[in-house]
Amino acid sequence: MALSHDEVLAGLAEIVNEETGIDTASVLAEKSFTNDLDIDSISMMTIVVNCEDKFGVKIPDEEVKSLLTVGDAVNFIVGAQG
Amino acid sequence: MAHAELKQFETVRYSRIYALGAARGDLIVTNDEVAGPIDSSDEWIRQRTGIITRRRAGKDQSLMDMAVAASTEAIQKAGIEPSEIGAVIFSTISHPYQTPSAATLLADLIGANPAPAFDISAACAGYCYGIAQADAMVRSGLAKYVLVVGGEKLTDYIDPADRSISFLLGDGAGAAVVGPSDTPGISPTVWGSDGSKWGAVSMTGSLLDFRDGEASWPTLRQDGQTVFRWAVWQMAKVAQEALDAAGVTANDLSALVTHQANMRIIDEMVKTLKLPESVVVARDIADTGNTSAASVPLAMHRLLAEHQVESGGLALEIGFGAGLAFAAQVVVLP
Repeated sequence: MALSHDEVLAGLAEIVNEETGIDTASVLAEKSFTNDLDIDSISMMTIVVNCEDKFGVKIPDEEVKSLLTVGDAVNFIVGAQG
Repeated sequence: MAHAELKQFETVRYSRIYALGAARGDLIVTNDEVAGPIDSSDEWIRQRTGIITRRRAGKDQSLMDMAVAASTEAIQKAGIEPSEIGAVIFSTISHPYQTPSAATLLADLIGANPAPAFDISAACAGYCYGIAQADAMVRSGLAKYVLVVGGEKLTDYIDPADRSISFLLGDGAGAAVVGPSDTPGISPTVWGSDGSKWGAVSMTGSLLDFRDGEASWPTLRQDGQTVFRWAVWQMAKVAQEALDAAGVTANDLSALVTHQANMRIIDEMVKTLKLPESVVVARDIADTGNTSAASVPLAMHRLLAEHQVESGGLALEIGFGAGLAFAAQVVVLP
């Protein structure tokens, strides 16, 4: 069964926490990965691959560049769950 | 009428690496020296790449100087004469002539003339491609001893203002002598390429564009994220396939020697492969930088020179880079 926005957000926050140590409570939809959370391109790719594993979706390289905020990523994952 | 029976090469059952040689660029270049043109800092470079300093060759130190030094050491340590070398394989992307090859000149300079000699272009996978070919050549009987060299003077192809790859790069050469063995010394190579990502690590333009004034001097550049994802997760699978092909597990390894692209790639690969702590992980990149085809033999040579690993142990070596091209094999440490 497809996960809701809130469930994906919670799962993504755990992945971000694991990679960067950022508190899950700070991983909010409106936060920018680079400007607010200070996540670099390499950590971003690790997060993307872990999201693919966790949510069973494909996130192509060219799509990663357009995932600027946590909300962008959640929306993409929710939509890609099919 | 009966036909005369042809002779064919007599095959040899096993091959191994006899010895390694290494040469690095004479200059030690700090992060502060490369940070300015990319508006960066020592801290930023350390954090993102693990590089503290990189070795680069000055104007008076050529690719061939480094290749000769590394080759001479490897041949001496192998306990053979240069004249016994039956083939020279030089993997490089920075030999500044389209032709003739770097390998024929190298063969002559080290006293291996008239050994067959040729270059291969497989970028950061090049040394492992060379070991695969040397293994096949030795076991097929085509050559008794093969000299494999991975060497680069990448500083001739960098743009100090490029933020994608230039600041990672260093210069050096590593060499190996491969020959016949009584016991298995080089496992089946797992290798391949993915030309659908041809542009992921590439040059800023072609020499023709440069000639026609349509592009500046071609320098190296990469799509960092694409390469990172491929290098970690695809290459971890290749590394596992190489272990499987060798009939060993990660627990049997003494060392992991990956292409020294970026410390973050090495760290992630170690995590993904779930390597036991007993495996020594080569981290030569910290003060050598990314030397493309030279990085695997340089890193392995260092592990042995610093007695971090012992001769006779098993090392998984894996090269990956522009092409995209990759190769991995398990070898007995010389």
